[in-house]
Amino acid sequence: MSGNEALARGAYDAGCRVAAAYPGTPSTEILEYTSQYKDMYTEWSVNEKVSLEVAIGASLAGSRSFCAMKHVGLNVASDALMTQTLIGVKGGLVIAVADDVGLSSSQNEQDSRYWGRFAHIPVLEPADSQEAYDMVKYAFDLSEQFDTPVLLRITTRVCHVKSIITTSGRVEKDSLGFVKEQTRLVMTPANAKHRIPFMHQREATMRDFSNTECPLNTIIPGTDTRIGYVTSGPAFLHVSESFPDAPVFKMGLSYPLPTDKIREFAATVDQLVVVEEIEPLVEIELKAAGINVIGKDILPLQGELAPNILRPAIAELLGEPIPQIEPDKRSGISVEVALPSLADGLFPRPPTMCVACPHLGIYYTLSKVKNTIISGDIGCYTLGAGHPWNAMDTCVCMGASMGVALGLDKGRAESDDNKSILAVIGDSTFMHMGMQGLLDITYNKGNVTILLLDNRAVGMTGGQENPGTGHNIHGEETQRIDFRKLCEALGVNPERIHEVNPYEMPTLFKAIRKEVKIKEPSVIITNQPCVLVDYYKNKPSFEVIDDKCTGCTNCLDIGCPAIMVTRRETVTKPNGSTKELAFVRIESAVCTGCDLCPKTCGPDAIIPVEGFTRD
Amino acid sequence: MIDLATTNILVAGIGGQGVMTAAEILAQTALTQGYDVKKTEVAGMAQRGGVVTSHVRFGEKVNSPAIPDGEADLILGFEPAEAARWLIQLKQRGVVLVNQNIQVPPIVNIGLFKYPDDPVASIVERGVEVHAFNATKIAQKLGNIKLVNTVMLGASSAHLPFSADILKESILARFRARKPKLVEINEQAFLAGQEAAAAS
Repeated sequence: MSGNEALARGAYDAGCRVAAAYPGTPSTEILEYTSQYKDMYTEWSVNEKVSLEVAIGASLAGSRSFCAMKHVGLNVASDALMTQTLIGVKGGLVIAVADDVGLSSSQNEQDSRYWGRFAHIPVLEPADSQEAYDMVKYAFDLSEQFDTPVLLRITTRVCHVKSIITTSGRVEKDSLGFVKEQTRLVMTPANAKHRIPFMHQREATMRDFSNTECPLNTIIPGTDTRIGYVTSGPAFLHVSESFPDAPVFKMGLSYPLPTDKIREFAATVDQLVVVEEIEPLVEIELKAAGINVIGKDILPLQGELAPNILRPAIAELLGEPIPQIEPDKRSGISVEVALPSLADGLFPRPPTMCVACPHLGIYYTLSKVKNTIISGDIGCYTLGAGHPWNAMDTCVCMGASMGVALGLDKGRAESDDNKSILAVIGDSTFMHMGMQGLLDITYNKGNVTILLLDNRAVGMTGGQENPGTGHNIHGEETQRIDFRKLCEALGVNPERIHEVNPYEMPTLFKAIRKEVKIKEPSVIITNQPCVLVDYYKNKPSFEVIDDKCTGCTNCLDIGCPAIMVTRRETVTKPNGSTKELAFVRIESAVCTGCDLCPKTCGPDAIIPVEGFTRD
Repeated sequence: MIDLATTNILVAGIGGQGVMTAAEILAQTALTQGYDVKKTEVAGMAQRGGVVTSHVRFGEKVNSPAIPDGEADLILGFEPAEAARWLIQLKQRGVVLVNQNIQVPPIVNIGLFKYPDDPVASIVERGVEVHAFNATKIAQKLGNIKLVNTVMLGASSAHLPFSADILKESILARFRARKPKLVEINEQAFLAGQEAAAAS
C-alpha cells in the first residue's frame, strides 16, 4: 500500500467522518482513496484554505475531520490554521501536509515542520506506509487529548512509496454535536487574547509528553557509538540503510521536540548528528539547548538525504576513505558513485505536453504574437515556458498570473509601452485563487488580456474533477460553473469575453491580436478538454507524405511529441545564407488527429492515415 | 527459502511507457514470495514524456525505499538513452536489459540537443552485462504496442531470485482478473522477451 493509501485508510479506520482537499502532488491520491469509503464525506475543495475550513467546521460540529494538501497548499490554508490553533478542536482535526522534497512537481521546496512551531501545534512524521497508517490514527487521539489540530508531515518518499502494511478495522466515532461557545469559537480580539495562554500551556504540556510517555520517540540501539543520529520521517530509513550499526534517536513526534530525551541519548554516543530533510530546525533547537550536534555543516539544505549523500558526508566526518563522489547534475550536491555516469552530456528529457494537448495550439499561437509579456500560472500549461514555445515570462504561485499581470501593467516602463500584458491561467487554478485577481484587474482598470484555458480537469495532477467539470469527487453530477458568466460577474465587459476553440489557431490568433489592442480587461476562454479525460474523443491519425515534406520545420513549432524528425539537411540560399531543414514523420500510433500540425504545413504534406483504425 | 540479501531493480523509461506498471508487477510478485518489499517512483511533473524511474527493492528487510547509487542489481531500461542515464545506479557487476527502440523527445527534434549515437554501446563499454533487443518491435509483431511491458518483464525473468514461471504466472493472473482475453497474448509476449534477452 502506498503512503497515500495508508493515510486514507488510517483516517477512515480512526472514525473520521469528513475529509477535504485540493489536489496537489504528492498528496493528491489521499483524497482519491478516501472517496472510496462510502460512510465518510469526501470532497475536492476549490482550494486548500477552503478544505481546511471545511475540516475545521466538521471538527466544531463534533466529527473527526481530516484534510490533506501539498506543502504550498498550507501557505494558502495558513490563515485558517493560525487562528484555529487558538480555538482547538471538538472532533479530532488532522492535517496531512506533503513536502515535495527534491521538487519533482512544485515551484519551491518548503519545510512544513515550521508550521508546527509557528502555530504551536504538534508535528508527526511517519517514515513509511505502516507508520503513516498508525500515526494518522494516533494523530486523531492526540488531537482530542490535547485539544489541538495535529500536523502530519509527510514527503514524496512517504506518499509514493509502496510497502507492506497491517491494518485494523474502522472504529465508528459519532459526531459529538455542535455546542455554542462564543468565547472560544468567535475569535474577536477580546476572545482570542484569552486563548493565547491556553495555546502556550498546551504546547508546554505537549513538550512534557514528547519527552516522557510519547511512544513515537524511540531509541534504536547500535554498537557503533562513534556517531548517534537524531532523525525523523524517511530520513530515518536512509540513516538505517547507510549506518545499520549506529544508534538512532527516531522522532515520530518531532515537535514539540523531545530535547531532554535527546540530551540523554547524546551522552551515550561520541557525537550527535542530526539528519533532517530541508531546514535545520531540530539542529538549531538542540544547539540552543546547549547540546553539541552536527547537521547542516556537513549535509545539504535541499533535497532528499539519500544514502549516496549521507555516506560520503559521514565518512569525511569520521576521517575514513571517502567513496568516489561526483556532483549531481541537477542539484550540484556531491553524491556517491560506483560506475562512472553516462548522464553527462546526455540530452535532458523534460516533461512534455501530451500529444494533441489543447494547450499546444494556444502556445503555438502565443509564440507568434509579437511584443508580449506573458504572466503564467501553475499547471500543465506552465510547460509553455519551455521549448519550442518560450511563451511564458513569469510563474510564481497558484493564481498569481492575475495579480502579477496587473502589476506588470501598472509598473511598466515607458520603454515597455508597446508591449501587451497577457495572463495565462487554467480553469482549476482560476477557481482556486485566480478569481480574486481578476476582480482586482477589473476593479483597478488593468489593461490585461487573460487566456483562461478551460480543459475541464485538474490536468497536472491526473485529471481530477473541479467546479468547471460539473462533477464532484465521486463523479456525480453537480453544478457546473459557467466561466463566461463568472467573468462577467467579476466585472469583465461581456463584449470583451470570447470563447474560442484552441485547435482553431487562426481564430485564436485574431482574438488575441484584437483584444491586446483594446485597453481594458479581456478574457479569452479556450474550451477543449484535456486529452487524458473521458470527454476527449480521438479522431483518425495523421501521417506525413515524405515526398511532399519540404523540411520547413513549421510543424515542429507546435511542440507535439508525436512529430519526429527523420533527417536533417543544410541548404545554402541564393544569398549565401544557410538554412537547416528537418524532414518529419508522425508517430501515427499515438497521434489522435487533433488537426493542429496540418494547419502549419504549407505543402499539405500531412494527411489522415487511410483506413487507420485504433484499438 | 528466500534470498536474504536485498535485490534492487531499477525500472527506467519515459512517462506513459508502463514503467510504473512493470515495477508494480515485480513488487507484487516479490511480495507473494514472502519478501519485505518497497517500491518507489520518481516521476516528473507532467503526465507524459518526462523521465520516469521506479525503484523496486525486496529482501528480508528493506529500509530505504530508494536504491543507493551503485547498488542496482538490474536496470530494466525501456529506452536506450534512459538506460544509459541511470547507469550510475548499477552495481559493478550488474545487468542491464534494454529496449533498443529509440524515443526522441521534442527537445531533440527541434534541434536543441543531440540524441547520442549509440547509448547501448556506451553501456557495453563500461564492462557490464547488457542484453539489448527491440521490445517494441516484438510487441508490434504480436499486435499490441502495450505488450512492451510484458516483453521487458519476460526478459528480466532470468535475472531474478525467483523463477521465471512465478513472474509469468503473476502477470497472467493480473490479466485473468481484468482482461482475460489478453492472457494468451501476454504469455507469448513474456516468452518472446525471455528468448530475446537470452539471444542478445
